[in-house]
Amino acid sequence: MIRLSIPLRQALARLSLPVLIAAAFGTMLLGKADALLVERARMVLADMLSPIWAAVQQPVQATQDAMAEARALWNMREENARLREENERLHRWQATALALEAENALLRRQLSWVPDPAPAFRTARVVADAGGTYARAVLLAAGPNHQLRKGQIALDERGFVGRVTEVGSRSARVLLATDINSRIPVVLEGSRARAIMVGNNATRPRLQHWPEGVVPREGDRVVTSAEAGAFPAGLPVGVVRWSESGAAEVELFARMDRMDLLRLFDYGLSGILPPEAVARPEARPARR
Amino acid sequence: MAAKGRPEPPMGVLRRLDAGARAAFPALFTALLIAVAAVPVGVPGLAAAVALPPVFFWTIFRPAAMPPPAVFALGLLLDLTSFAPLGIGVLVLLVVHAVAMRLREWLVKQSFLLVWLAFCVFAAGAAALGFVLHALLMMQVPPRMPAIFQAGVAAGIYPALGWALGRLHMAMSRAEEGL
Repeated sequence: MIRLSIPLRQALARLSLPVLIAAAFGTMLLGKADALLVERARMVLADMLSPIWAAVQQPVQATQDAMAEARALWNMREENARLREENERLHRWQATALALEAENALLRRQLSWVPDPAPAFRTARVVADAGGTYARAVLLAAGPNHQLRKGQIALDERGFVGRVTEVGSRSARVLLATDINSRIPVVLEGSRARAIMVGNNATRPRLQHWPEGVVPREGDRVVTSAEAGAFPAGLPVGVVRWSESGAAEVELFARMDRMDLLRLFDYGLSGILPPEAVARPEARPARR
Repeated sequence: MAAKGRPEPPMGVLRRLDAGARAAFPALFTALLIAVAAVPVGVPGLAAAVALPPVFFWTIFRPAAMPPPAVFALGLLLDLTSFAPLGIGVLVLLVVHAVAMRLREWLVKQSFLLVWLAFCVFAAGAAALGFVLHALLMMQVPPRMPAIFQAGVAAGIYPALGWALGRLHMAMSRAEEGL
């Protein structure tokens, strides 16, 4: 160490503070001028300190967890009261539903109502989009001994998707409702008016041929119609939307852009089948 | 040491180490405190609040162990561990150090309570200075809450920290007396 005379050392000590304050302003300027350098210095320092932080983080985390736990316990009373109230409400609804169910059964008995048979269905995975004769069609993978038939109706978990048009030994093709060749007889649920849903290769098929005097209303639910014996009545299709150009369209419930699994329902209907099938109708076991 | 009138014993390696450790302890302890307080726990300005009491305490009671370069280095550490603009912590700590140095003669004779009260004023001033510097450097008014919080935390932890540091200071003085 260099030995300095005492007055010189005192002078240096007195000078160091102003110099360092000036240096502090210098670092401010440096931080403003060279953000990259500061960033790199911060990262180096953080790398060096990260073991300490990792060690300290454990008790801090434990404390925070304990506090969160305590808060959850504290809130539990309130939560409990809320749940009890909700339970009460749901019980009332359940009672209502049971009463309605009983009333429904009673009325059906009086009308000698014949219930619809529960349709059989198979689930198949969508393996390919589009292709073939149709622009909007999907290919389904089916096992070798599948029981898929032409005319079966494909639904996803939300609503109507299309109809099986071609069946191979291990696959089947479904013509989607959005395809330009698709014509689906539908009923507007609000007015019970019949119409035809015509595909146009866009996301929303159009409505056509509704009876005079009835105008499809925005938001009206659209379901399939049993007209022509191709579909069962009442499958959910979509809701009516008026486009900006003034055409009635149907916003489908089904998620056409992300189909993965389709349920294929066999209602035993063969009203309108693709030409091939008409030429040589396949023998199928009688239902029920 | 020299006041005892005894000849100073020769500096052995161990004694040199001992003295060096004692001289370096305040700054290193403060640095460790800053590093630990910089753990992201969701408390804004904790590191800045924690840095203030030791710097203030050692400046008053043991200025030789907290020289301006050490204060500068601590400020730089503070700035680099936080994400505030560089230089604010450096300047704030240096200003606190300089003002405390000026008032040292008077403060060192006061009771603990008075020193604490003085520190509260220092903490408020430091937070205000930090706020103004932040606003100037960022060209926008930062939220006020962290600055107020920082001053409050600094003032709040001073008694505990000051008591512990006071005991340490006494122990160190005793060790030096006993030489």
